Amino acid sequence: MTPAETRPIGLRLENIDKRYGGLYALRRVSLEIAPGECVALAGRNGSGKTTLLRIAAQLVRPSAGKLTFSPPPNGSERPTKNTGFVAHATMVYDELTAEENLLLFARLLEISEPAKWVEALLREVGLFERRDSLVRTFSRGMRQRVAIARALLHQPSVLLLDEPATGLDPQGVTWLAATLRRLRDAGATILMSLHGESEISAVATRAIRLDAGTVVADTRNGASLHSILKLADA
Amino acid sequence: MSLFSNTSVLVGKELRTEFRSRELLTTTVVFILMIVVLFSFTFDPTREESRRFGPGLLWLAFLFAASLMLQPGFLREQTNDTLSALRLSVSDPFAIFLSKLCANTLFLLITELLLLPVFAVLYNVPLLGVVPQLALVLFLGSLGLSVTGTTLSAISAQARMRELLLPLLLLPLLTPLLIASTEATAALFAEEPVLRWDWLAFLIAFDIVFLTAVWLFGEYLLEE
Repeated sequence: MTPAETRPIGLRLENIDKRYGGLYALRRVSLEIAPGECVALAGRNGSGKTTLLRIAAQLVRPSAGKLTFSPPPNGSERPTKNTGFVAHATMVYDELTAEENLLLFARLLEISEPAKWVEALLREVGLFERRDSLVRTFSRGMRQRVAIARALLHQPSVLLLDEPATGLDPQGVTWLAATLRRLRDAGATILMSLHGESEISAVATRAIRLDAGTVVADTRNGASLHSILKLADA
Repeated sequence: MSLFSNTSVLVGKELRTEFRSRELLTTTVVFILMIVVLFSFTFDPTREESRRFGPGLLWLAFLFAASLMLQPGFLREQTNDTLSALRLSVSDPFAIFLSKLCANTLFLLITELLLLPVFAVLYNVPLLGVVPQLALVLFLGSLGLSVTGTTLSAISAQARMRELLLPLLLLPLLTPLLIASTEATAALFAEEPVLRWDWLAFLIAFDIVFLTAVWLFGEYLLEE
């Protein structure tokens, strides 16, 4: 596989419930996200954004309901292979260098010419000069750049981002917004949790607000989209 | 082929991180060397006593080594949620298990390799004549320890009181394996060493049963 081989993929969540003991993290959530859509998930802490993203990434199995991809994955292809995920944690190894981390995941993803691709990506995220440094010596913002680079390694069709701007400096946020815009325009489906309005939220074409595990607002309208993102901070 | 290529990439990662920090190997080797040395000085066994009690002591030391070594396998993957990154990247989740299993078995064998000469000298047990047979017993026993330990490490890593849970689950499950390994080793330490195929067959069966179970159900253990 080469990183350029991506195809638009949509997501459909039907009546998703997620319970932890007696507590509902998500309750009857139904969403259809079209291929190429960029959705901002808003809501207070504990509203279910992270759980929803982890279910969409197939890292967590829902207690009830169904997650499907359209078009469905080919034969033996694992749908997770088309997914790039940035979580709260960096999902990279502190004891490896930035380059070793990206090479490891590039090889697992069976990207052809991984060294060349990793070098290009390290230049893009501004870490090429520090490629031989262990990740544990990095600042939070630099770690987040490695985390984003890891998620973008295979140019996934579906990008799931949990507060992706965490720790990034203003230049980093601008770079991330430009990258997401480029990916969105190239047909990638993006679902990201955000707090409030920012350069990143400006990339969104749709906003969904969660409250206590249920969808309370969903809009593609520009003005409503801004109000949803503002409300989430209130 | 993806399973094997994924596994080899992940084994490379395991070796690189361990040999860079040497956390597991150093602590485990020092710990089990202390056990063997302490027992030797406390009991000062004769050659005959060493032949009788040596195999049990040896496998007890290997069990302690495994308990120490296997616990961090999946715990380390939780620090930065790297397990999720691996699950999203591999073609077959069994590769994650297989790589941990290979690395753990290798680390355990290295530890045993370092311990055996010390044991042979301190307990006056000649091992040179039975090296290939002993290597076979150690390999099968260590593989069994690693398969069970790696599986339980994945289960206990997500639980509360995980430090207590692993030895609690591990010891009852490993009892048959330890008996078989000890008996097979004792037969090799005898005045006229023999390779006990009955115990070896038991070890092979144990390894195959547990490996198959992990292959079939391993993916569920990795889920949150």
